[in-house]
Amino acid sequence: MSQQSQGTIWLVIAGLGIGSFLLRFSFLGLIGKRQLPGWALRLLRYTPVAVIPGLMAPQIFLPADGSTLPDPIKLAAAAITVAVGVWSRNVIAAMAAGVSALAVLIWLFQS
Amino acid sequence: MTPGQAFWAGLKIGAPFVLVVAPFGAVFGVVATEAGLDIVQTLVFSIAVIAGAAQLTAVELMVQDAPTLIVLLTALAVNLRMAMYSASLAPHLGAAPVWQRALMSYLMVDQAYAIGVQQFEQHPDMPVGAKVGYFFGAVILLCPTWYLATLAGALLGTAIPPSLPVGFAVPIAFLALIGPMLRTLAHMVAAFVSVVGALIFAFVPYNLGLMIAAILAMGAGALVELWLIRRGRWS
Repeated sequence: MSQQSQGTIWLVIAGLGIGSFLLRFSFLGLIGKRQLPGWALRLLRYTPVAVIPGLMAPQIFLPADGSTLPDPIKLAAAAITVAVGVWSRNVIAAMAAGVSALAVLIWLFQS
Repeated sequence: MTPGQAFWAGLKIGAPFVLVVAPFGAVFGVVATEAGLDIVQTLVFSIAVIAGAAQLTAVELMVQDAPTLIVLLTALAVNLRMAMYSASLAPHLGAAPVWQRALMSYLMVDQAYAIGVQQFEQHPDMPVGAKVGYFFGAVILLCPTWYLATLAGALLGTAIPPSLPVGFAVPIAFLALIGPMLRTLAHMVAAFVSVVGALIFAFVPYNLGLMIAAILAMGAGALVELWLIRRGRWS
């Protein structure tokens, strides 16, 4: 976070706090009982799965500085995390599996 | 059902979710302090926003030195689902006094929404006061847990020596959120388009490539959903 000043951090916290409240208050507080159109609900349903995988993709799939291939340990740990999450439907189980896989793989191949 | 009875009923359903909220709050605390936020900033972040995925998104983009506007827009995009929650609860809670609706909006976390909507759709005839009581009961333990777990994580994060690389813990925390969301073919296609789009458009400045990828992925998810509905395979 080299160029982020303290002011920027507080600006992000305030902006995200106010913005999130307005999203939550939108229909409940301001718009009332009117329903969102079907196409809007259909698009909104996919926002988390449309943003988060893309946010993480460069760190997982692009090579680190100085290498030509993606890191197989990261790829494997990422795959295990997703697989356990899909299978168990449990966020904490998936986190535990991913972190354990990462630790074991680093210990096996990088020590 | 009186509002008091409904409050206790909601509390009973919501309480076990403390076990889900606490570790995730701690993860955010560790990640945020590792990224360079101090303990006060990390705690205020959790109190102001109460949305783990959006908070992690914002911290991750700040680490990547993305412009502030992009940080805000992308993190708010992750929270767009909250507008959907708001729309879905409005027919049940819309008649409550405005201060109650404002307080419920502030406390609207994923688990509170899921617990509330499940109850209200099964018992639409509950008086609005009881529905409000049920919602507050469901969430009353979760939000303080979120704050305290964040604080614990932040204290732990500042204690971890900087030489210890916890960098890849962030992708793992995010991917753990995503796995359980991949419930349908439409969600899987959206996630796939998001990854491919983000890699293809990685060259676009100001992290705007991610926005392009996300818009394409939302469209792809919606199209697959429509296709599944037409084929009678959407439940």
